Amino acid sequence: MKLLTHNMLSSNIKGVTNGFPLKIEAEKIIERPVEINPVFLKNMFAKLEWKPLVEASRTMGFSELPEDVPDMSVLDSDEFLQKFHHALLEIHLEEGALVCPETGRKFPVQKGIPNMMLHEDEV
Amino acid sequence: MSRPELQAPPEIFYDDTEARKYTSSSRIMEIQAQLSERAIELLALPDDDVPRLLLDIGCGSGLSGETLSEYGHQWIGLDISESMLNIAREREVEGDLILGDMGQGLGLRPGVIDGAISISAVQWLCNADKSSHEPRLRLKAFFGCLYRCLARGARAVLQVYPENIAQRELILSFAMRAGFAGGVVVDYPHSSKSRKEYLVLTCGPPSLSSATPKAKGEDGESCSEDDSSADEENPTVCISDRHRPRKKQKVNKKGKGRNWVLKKKEQMRKKGNVVPPDTKYTARKRKARF
Repeated sequence: MKLLTHNMLSSNIKGVTNGFPLKIEAEKIIERPVEINPVFLKNMFAKLEWKPLVEASRTMGFSELPEDVPDMSVLDSDEFLQKFHHALLEIHLEEGALVCPETGRKFPVQKGIPNMMLHEDEV
Repeated sequence: MSRPELQAPPEIFYDDTEARKYTSSSRIMEIQAQLSERAIELLALPDDDVPRLLLDIGCGSGLSGETLSEYGHQWIGLDISESMLNIAREREVEGDLILGDMGQGLGLRPGVIDGAISISAVQWLCNADKSSHEPRLRLKAFFGCLYRCLARGARAVLQVYPENIAQRELILSFAMRAGFAGGVVVDYPHSSKSRKEYLVLTCGPPSLSSATPKAKGEDGESCSEDDSSADEENPTVCISDRHRPRKKQKVNKKGKGRNWVLKKKEQMRKKGNVVPPDTKYTARKRKARF
């Protein structure tokens, strides 16, 4: 699972008002190189929640993203784009779990696929 | 031909063997690619070569997602069958996969997805496979979540195989109740085989851009809905054909014909095999006395 997907996912257990961001418990992390696409990154930038992305990439062992929300001008620098791209699309959570911030419910991640199925009493 | 929806719940029907079959059949792969290409066409993304973040609902083994990747888009796939997702992983699809039930909602942040497609999946929501399942609530949860997670003005194109008209009306009414504008596009309405129904939904109030696009293969009098859907066969699931006894399969076939033979010979030539030349005798039947 990419951090891009992590940044979009929220827990939708019944009664949870703010299921975002899910905490990451990483057991196995892999990196898969992908071709960089600056246009996509620029487009995506506005939709991302920056803080959760920085936090998530830290848990995954990549701490080169700036702490504070950078402004749009930074998107012109290749160095930043490279880091941004790496954090967003190249780091994959292979085994581990996602934890709902409100209820502490764990969604297991196996073989890179998060299991977001809810139990009957959570719907 | 029986519908898979009537046989077992999706997470059980698409077990390891069924998932393998589904993805090893070149015919299914071709149909899936065609359906997804048409879905992308109906999605009508702005023509500016910007890769979008799309959602594939009921992505299965990632056949439809592959088409999305070909167009350069990033995608997230959601499916309820673990076996199908495992195959998708084996095939190294580029999108991210999530195991989840669309009837429980999608679990995505609001307004982040640029478009959604779904190939032959939404009709599964009309089934109550567990005692806790209530199709109306599941449809409501699904469309509600879909509406929320789509960006404003984004489209969702859902290719469906409704069992009958009532089922289509049910699905459409819940889409409208969630706030979507749009309608059904029926491609080839007069053919029982290639007839395909797409729900084209736009997030936001009705406007010029949310007008339903034109269907393919319509003739002048196409407005009247012919009710061939009752005996409509469901081409994504025709594998059961394989289990018919061999003899029965051959009954109504006359043989492949000259064109087929010529095509095959040409293929073999391209492979570099030694193939006899094409003559007037090619593909002729032998006389009975031979």
